[in-house]
Formats: sequence, structure tokens, C-alpha cells
Amino acid sequence: MFPKGTKRKFSDSGDEPAAGGEDVNQPSSVAVRMLSSYSLQRQSLLDMSLIKLQLCHMLVEPNLCRSVLIANTVRQIQEEMTQDGTWQIMTQALSAANAAAQCSADRLVATEVLCRQTEATQGEQVLKPFPAVGSEGCPAEEEEEVVVEEEGEGGVTMSTVSPQAPTSYLPGTFGMDPCWEEENGEDEEEDEDSEECGSGSEEGDSDRLVGDSRTAEQVFGTFEIKNPAPSPDPALEELFSDVDASYYDLDTVLTGMQSAPKMGPYDLLESLSSHGPSTLSSSTSCRSDLNELDHIMEIIVGS
Amino acid sequence: MAGVAGGNDFQWCFSQVKGAIDEDVAEADIISTVEFNHSGELLATGDKGGRVVIFQHEQECKNRPNLRGEYNVYSTFQSHEPEFDYLKSLEIEEKINKIRWLPQQNSAHFLLSTNDKTIKLWKIGERDKRAEGYNLKDEDGRLRDPFRITSLRVPVLMPMDLMVEASPRRVFANAHTYHINSISVNSDHQTYLSADDLRINLWHLEITDRSFNIVDIKPANMEELTEVITAAECHPNQCNVFVYSSSKGTIRLCDMRTAALCDRHTKFFEEPEDPSSRSFFSEIISSISDVKFSHSGRYMMTRDYLSVKVWDLNMENRPVETYQVHEYLRSKLCSLYENDCIFDKFECCWNGSDSAIMTGSYNNFFRMFDRNTRKDITLEASRESSKPRATLKPRKVSTGGKRKKDEISVDSLDFNKKILHTAWHPKENVIAVAATNNLYTFQDKIN
Repeated sequence: MFPKGTKRKFSDSGDEPAAGGEDVNQPSSVAVRMLSSYSLQRQSLLDMSLIKLQLCHMLVEPNLCRSVLIANTVRQIQEEMTQDGTWQIMTQALSAANAAAQCSADRLVATEVLCRQTEATQGEQVLKPFPAVGSEGCPAEEEEEVVVEEEGEGGVTMSTVSPQAPTSYLPGTFGMDPCWEEENGEDEEEDEDSEECGSGSEEGDSDRLVGDSRTAEQVFGTFEIKNPAPSPDPALEELFSDVDASYYDLDTVLTGMQSAPKMGPYDLLESLSSHGPSTLSSSTSCRSDLNELDHIMEIIVGS
Repeated sequence: MAGVAGGNDFQWCFSQVKGAIDEDVAEADIISTVEFNHSGELLATGDKGGRVVIFQHEQECKNRPNLRGEYNVYSTFQSHEPEFDYLKSLEIEEKINKIRWLPQQNSAHFLLSTNDKTIKLWKIGERDKRAEGYNLKDEDGRLRDPFRITSLRVPVLMPMDLMVEASPRRVFANAHTYHINSISVNSDHQTYLSADDLRINLWHLEITDRSFNIVDIKPANMEELTEVITAAECHPNQCNVFVYSSSKGTIRLCDMRTAALCDRHTKFFEEPEDPSSRSFFSEIISSISDVKFSHSGRYMMTRDYLSVKVWDLNMENRPVETYQVHEYLRSKLCSLYENDCIFDKFECCWNGSDSAIMTGSYNNFFRMFDRNTRKDITLEASRESSKPRATLKPRKVSTGGKRKKDEISVDSLDFNKKILHTAWHPKENVIAVAATNNLYTFQDKIN
């Protein structure tokens, strides 16, 4: 069932003792290797979890318990990554890559996927509750800046995540996500670059708010009967009153998938796994799901 | 009741296997729940196709006193059909999630069966007589011409071939937004509870258009959702007490006398986490998949991914007993997460005297633990060891480097062959084990 000689799982890697015979003057090289192996495995776990959450959306009536457990795992990884600064490095690297002309579409979607799910978890607070407007994690008194890749736009506020506020990550997507959400109905604008989406970030906080809650809503929102209920924010209701709620989730996900030109589902997988070596079998198990995804896309697109 | 394992006087042997032999298993035939009734005479199974099959224990043969009777099909019916939720554009699966028997009060049997959204009360009754000699209609049911009737007669009851009929008596629908994971009949025999991921409802068996919501853990903002309800059960003798378990490995005991909405628990059971074994998977493997009260009502048992724990209801801070089911999987958690096996929900059950517990594992293995002797045994439900009254050989998974003969290595385990559902006869040493689409029964060897 499992390939023989599987690499030891990262849950054990922390316990790996330093190899004997290492020069005691260079203990750090062992530590560094251990650490990078751990981060690679952690990254691959993060990617795997996000794919699971993403695919979860495509299936009929996803299992709420499973989604909650996976989302909690993702949040845990992100917290740890934020605490040791890795998150900042990764997102900066991504934004740098995007800012460069070679803006590969897969990077784009990768970030979106990454942050789309993390937005979901962002809403719930480990440290402190954020007020609605500042929910992106930028209360005025804290020096947070959200990294947004911009090109050809005015200088939109660029931010880096400060380690003191681990919840305030999600650079880049703040610009992208809101517009992604709002343009759900009109996806013609979403064909190309994130840069256009970046304009969304200039629309102000209320849009970010919208982006946040709707995204989080998507993770668990499918489970909710979408009949008029007191809980949804009336402001949100107004903004989205013309959107057909029942198709919203499927639509948004597919829109996200299609926003990258000529990017197929396998490319998404590749791009995510390019963050670090992910285990081989994840591709195999995901491919069958991605075949379904492909099929669904064809039906919706009507090709 | 005899113990579980070891010794020369107790062994499990194969009794029967039900179900198709093909390698190609139809999805609809996969058994999704197994339950003995209160006397053990009937054994019900539900499958993914929405069908319920009930087996009845045949009387023991007079000329083979050392052989317990077999279970043979008593009734089969389609309990739930696939439905479509038009509002969400999603299909509602017909898979039977749980079956629970009602205590028998007359000659008919009643059971509750549920899928993700709807609970049904079924009456299973026997008919072995029929009335003959009606005045207004003749034997094949056609109405007789009234002018031809010249005399009156009293219809008489004549014996006929036994016919077992299942009829739906109540349908309890539209009360659950999320997927129902548990139903439990209360000891008052009048009410029962049903639990989904976020809510628990209390029903009266006679009333279908209303239920009371007694637990609601849905947050105002769904973004804040981090915990769901995974199982719930009523206390076996105290009709005001029930428990529910969560995906974070906690159990809450509630008393319905305290408030109409039991969001505040009376007791909270949680074992402190062992910091040395913490990993990213800690929460997932701590998620409780099943909770069962002991027959005595003094203890309860919970099943999480790697272990079974027995809790004393009077002690909340840790379980009194912990049994490792398949600890060798701890180093494989990443792979099991990848192939989704880590989310498998195993059930567990007590024997009639609460001296032993049983639960399933992979590779069609199931495990039994004797609480008194602390012995445990691993057995396999397979066609190979299915000769009549063949004694089951204990199995072992090798964890170290050296694999002994007859042991199986962890990497050779078949993770598609999982035993999620098991049941133990309430009075005798007879067990039922569901292995995908096959139902195995085993019994002890009477020497």
C-alpha cells in the first residue's frame, strides 16, 4: 500500500537525533538540515491540506467534520509558520515572483488558493477578535502592511507581516480576493493578471470585509441552507443580492480556476508542490479528483 | 459471561458470513451499520444503498446442543431512498448511518433507521394467519355480487406461510441542517435523540412534526467553527442524561433537567494532551468517532483514531483505561492523512457484562480487549478463515524490523479493508463484524 522505504514522516523528524560522527564544531549544519527537511514537510502538508479543502468544495455535500479538521490543521501550520517567520518569507517570495514580469499564472492561483483557504481560518481568532473592518488584520495601531503585488497601479499600501500579530498574514490576496469575490458574477475581468484585481484593494475596507467573510463562508457555507436567516450581515446581503447563492460556491471556485489562462488542474498541483517536494502519492490520489474537476469544468463551461 | 482471549477455555470461531463473494464490491452493498436488538434475537444491518436487512437467530438444533443457532434473513426492506435537496442542489445520500432498536413491547419489533437527514420508525411484524370466508368478497378478493349471497358465514383464521412485513410508522424529517451522525433511544422508551454535526434534537416517538433542540454548538459566525459533534448517546438508565463527543476529543455530559437548551454541560471529559507526542495530526487523531455507555451506566467508552478509552462517569480529568488499537500507525499518520484514512470513523462496543470491549481496524482486523485480565486479541474477518466452526487464529502486526513468521508488516496492511462497524450480542458471546459488504458472525467455542 505504501511504497517501501517511505521517508520517515515529519511527525517523527523532530525527534531525529544528530548523526554520530558529525563534527562538533558544526552542529548547526545538522540542525539546519533537519529544520529545512521539517519545513519542507510542513509545507507539503500545508499544500496537501489546501488541496483537500479545495477539492472538498467540488464534491457533493462535503463532510463538515473532515473540513473542520483539515481547516484546523491548516491554521495550526500557518500559526507555526508565522511564528518562525517562514510565512513572511514565503509570501514575500511569492509577491516578488508575481511582481516580476514572468507572473506565471500558476503562482497566481497558488496564492489565491492558499490565501483563500487561509482567509477562511483567518476569521477565527486565536489571539484576539478583530473588529469587522480591520479583520484583515490591520488595526491602525499595529504596523501591518499587506503585501499586494501591484503593477501599473498607484502605490497601494504594501505591508509585511509582523511576527507579533500572527493572524495578520495573507499578503497579496487581500488585493485579489475581494475583487475575486465581487466579480463572481462578472468574470470577464478576471482573465488575466492579479494586477487588475489589485485595484480591488483600493476600494476600501468594506470590500475586504466582504472578501473575508464570503471566503470563510465558502469553506463552511455550503453546509448552510441558504434561506433568509438573521445571521448573515445585511450589508453583505445587499451587496450580493443579485448573486445566485446556490451556485455561488461552485462558481467562485471555478472562476478562480479559470482566472489563470490555460491553467489546468494539474498545473495547480504542480505549482503548489513546487513550494517543496510533496509526496508522490498526493498527486496520484488527487489526480482522480482533478479528473472530476476537469469534467465538472467542462460541463459548466459548456465546452 | 466468559472473557475475551487467552486461556484454554475460550476461543472465537467462525459462524457465518453473509454477502457476495465477488472482488468487485458494489458501493450500495457496503454495510454502514450493524446492531443487535435487546434480546439478541435479531441482528439488523444497514447499507449504503439505503436497505435494511434483518437476520433472526434460529433456534438451536436439538441434536447439536453445542452449536448455537445461526442467523438467517428475516426481513429486507428499502428504508431510505436517495433524495435531492433543491435548495442546495445537492443529493442526499440514502446510506443508513445508524439503526437503533426500540425495546420490544409487543409481538412486533420496532427500529429507528436514519440517513443524513431523515429518521424513520419501522415496524416489523409477522403475519402467519389469514382470514378466509369473507361474505362480500371471494378468495381472490373480487367483490361478490350481493344478490348471490344467500347465507352469512363467519370468517375463520387459517394458517399461512410466515410473512414478515416492514412498514414505516413514522417519518421524522426536516429537523437537521447538517448530517445526522447518531440516534439514541432514551430509557423512558418514549423519546429519542438525534445528533448532527452541530445540533442535537430530542424527539417523541409519537410526534413527527416537532422536536426540541437541546444542544446547539453552531457559532453565530460560521468562520469561527472549529469543533463539531461527532457522536451522542442517551444514558442507559437515567433518562435525563446524555453525552456527546466532539472532534476535539472531548465529551460533554448533559442533564436535561438543568435547562431546556443544554449548551452548558454538566460534566466535561477531556484527557490532557501528552506534549511529547504532539504533531500536526494530534487534533485529528483525537477526534472521537464513537461513544458508548456501558450497560451498567457507570462507564462510557470512546473511540478515537488510535485508541479506545474507558471513562468513569465520576472522573472527568482522564480515562480509567486506555487501550491501543493500532499504535503502529502513529508513524504513518502523514500517509494516512494523504489517503484520507485518518478520517475513518471506527465504532466500538461493549459485551453484555461490560467485561470486554471490541473495535475494528484495517486489513479486516478487529480487536478485543478484556478489561479484567487486560489481555487483548487481534482477529481477522476473512474468507480464508471461514470454515464452519473453525477457530480463529490470533493475528499480529509486526512493528519492529524483524518480522516473525505469521506476522504481517505494517506496510502490507490493506487500508481499503476496514472494519468500522461491529456489534456484540447483549447476552451471549456472539459477535457481528461488518467487513465492507460482508457480514461475519463469530461465536465462542463451547467446550
